[in-house]
Amino acid sequence: MTALLDGLRVIEISGADVWGASAAAHAARILADLGADVIKVEPPAGDPVRAVPPYLDDRPGADRGLLWFALNANKRGVRLDLPRERDRLRALILSADVVVQSHEVIDAATAASWSPSLVVVNVTPYGLTGPLAGVPASDLEVTASSGALALAGEPGRAPVRTTLAQSPFWSGMYAAMGALFALAARAATKRGQQVDVSGQASMVTVHPPACVHWDVAKEEHRRLGAFLIGRSIVGARFRNIWECADGHVSFAIQGGPIGRHTGRQLASWMRGRAFSAPRFLAIDWDTFDNRTLTQEQVDALEGEVGAFLRTITKREFFAGVIERNMLGYPVADASDVYADPQLRSREFWQDTPIDGATLPFPGGFALFDGERPRIRRGAPRLGEHDAEVLGAVTA
Amino acid sequence: MTGALDGTRVVELGWAAAGPLVGTYLAQHGADVIHVESSTALDPFRSTYPPFKDNVVGPDRAGMFAFYNAGKRGITLDLKRPRAVELALRLVKTADVVIESFPAGTLGRRGLGHDALRRARADLVILSSCNQGQTGPHAQHPGYGSQLTALAGFNELLGEPDRTPVILYGPYIDYIAVGYGVIAILAALERRRRTGEGCVIDLSQYEAGLQFLTPALLEHPANGTVPTREANHDRVAVPHGVYPTAGDDRWVALSVWSDDEWVRFRVALGDPEWSRDPGLATAAGRRARETELDARIAGWARTRPREEIVDALRAYRLRAAPVESVAELFDDPQLAHRGVWRRAAHAALGEIGLMAPPFALSETAARADRAGPTLGEHNEAVFKGLLGLGADEYASLAADGVFA
Repeated sequence: MTALLDGLRVIEISGADVWGASAAAHAARILADLGADVIKVEPPAGDPVRAVPPYLDDRPGADRGLLWFALNANKRGVRLDLPRERDRLRALILSADVVVQSHEVIDAATAASWSPSLVVVNVTPYGLTGPLAGVPASDLEVTASSGALALAGEPGRAPVRTTLAQSPFWSGMYAAMGALFALAARAATKRGQQVDVSGQASMVTVHPPACVHWDVAKEEHRRLGAFLIGRSIVGARFRNIWECADGHVSFAIQGGPIGRHTGRQLASWMRGRAFSAPRFLAIDWDTFDNRTLTQEQVDALEGEVGAFLRTITKREFFAGVIERNMLGYPVADASDVYADPQLRSREFWQDTPIDGATLPFPGGFALFDGERPRIRRGAPRLGEHDAEVLGAVTA
Repeated sequence: MTGALDGTRVVELGWAAAGPLVGTYLAQHGADVIHVESSTALDPFRSTYPPFKDNVVGPDRAGMFAFYNAGKRGITLDLKRPRAVELALRLVKTADVVIESFPAGTLGRRGLGHDALRRARADLVILSSCNQGQTGPHAQHPGYGSQLTALAGFNELLGEPDRTPVILYGPYIDYIAVGYGVIAILAALERRRRTGEGCVIDLSQYEAGLQFLTPALLEHPANGTVPTREANHDRVAVPHGVYPTAGDDRWVALSVWSDDEWVRFRVALGDPEWSRDPGLATAAGRRARETELDARIAGWARTRPREEIVDALRAYRLRAAPVESVAELFDDPQLAHRGVWRRAAHAALGEIGLMAPPFALSETAARADRAGPTLGEHNEAVFKGLLGLGADEYASLAADGVFA
């Protein structure tokens, strides 16, 4: 099979801070996974992500950071001292189809004057235009500016962000998407263009229902801890994260055909264990409608469901929902994910080298004609491909 | 050229978020996206999920459907009927891309499996997006995105240590799968332009979501550790947190990424006595006393207006931002400048707000000016106009319930 982006060359230029470097790196990694030849240009001191912990074996080292490894597999890497070595950068760019960067190391007009068919992607916290253009931000501030932070956490306590920074992944994903739209246009026009990605706007896309509720009904959704809203026409909230015997599970009392099937199955599970849940077991699932339950009714049912879930383990719950084809999953941690038989069956993990060791690395994000794109190489050591790449372009 | 995908046709079968939003993103860039649905099995976004116009449930009154299917044409086919399947395949013959997001095997049972689709058009790009992928022991398992988000491990990383994890609002992982789905289709079209080959894409929403967790997952095999939620702490920046400001439930997010930034932070705060402690001058020192430091900053912030704090810190090139509520996003000057919010007319809702892509293309701007279709809105245009059914044939098929 020809790789989807076989023959496409991408130059990624390191960002000046961790956010920008991460977002650009993720964008280029996606293109690399799809078969593009991605050359990462780092300053002589190295990309800022190299210095982000944790490290392999908790031992610091420029080639040992797990974030670095995650974001830069499948790439080659060279060092350039910019702006001093701008001519070499220009030579590299002339060989390429796409440039991915955070702030404008090379502005789009200059790039277009060098190569009119070039696609130039910038991914910055707020975008290159507007009142906040150029304002620095990390994941926390980008997420705060997007509404996503206000929607996570418990009422009365501080909003919380995902402990692993998410906005560089989102912004990088949209940067890769924008690059591919620009390449589609280029196929017709033979001309490149600029793709200007805003991290803030990227994070607004992670919660559309909150925007729709505000827009259509002027109802403002706020953080509700472990509870879901937006399922009820009388404003009731439904628990979605529950304690179980050895951790947590995700489950909700739902309507609709699959939700009612799930309710019936949970009732049958309770009966099989002679578990007492008088209200839940009295539900007529043929007519059950979660949209019209009052909060008091929801709370009463959830009291019984919660008591049942506390008697089973994550593993039992997972086996049960699969066997009964019902909705719900355990709240997994990294060890659970590595143990998941579905991922193993689909050969998701690919052994990938990192500084003399090998780690099982998440493989390509989808199967194309039945094949998963390979992780062909680990992340480059600092300057690993200087001779191979720069020798070729300056020759 | 006005849109990057002008001249590309997409046929889409699926419901809720994970499939349909892929089509919406393609439509924003000029693709003619035809959404196929049925009144015999309504999209939950038409039937179950609020908000509805005036809180009255009805398929054409649903805000969620109108948003998630923006920019598409909509037709109805009852695919339990063979004539409907035939018409679907005739439509597929005219298409470049098919998107489907039913549980694995569902369309195959209706005569619309990958082989049937490729017989209709050999160079088709087909995206099958489902919960866990088309193969494997859990392929058939139905799931909602909010729960799949938990299975992938996101919730384990969200919340305060030693408290119940909290939810990521909505079907978080679905939107990741949407993004990768669009990327997969665009990359497959790129290859088709070069080689003429079509492509069948098997996208597991679960596997797509795991891409965003790669470094946290790797901690397990690398170090034998299992990362968990650490509230707002960061492994590099300190302080790094969300602090209450003057007013009700108003918060500021801020972070300090180096010892130089710490010096500027002190100045921005007015160099209070406690901040001059030399023990706080290094990241290691600040981290050792992070609880105390957080309390100090909270005490400073609590009496000050949120915007004043943000302005003061940004004046020193420090990272700070208001924790904006959802309503505030609609008045955010930066998002307004970027043209994120768009409005479109809608037959039942009157008008609905739509969202433009988070990236601006300098030559082929995206559009977001058409709400999702009402049920069967484009039946005549598609079946008569595009497929050339005569009036009598159309009426007779309609009477047989083919367009239900």
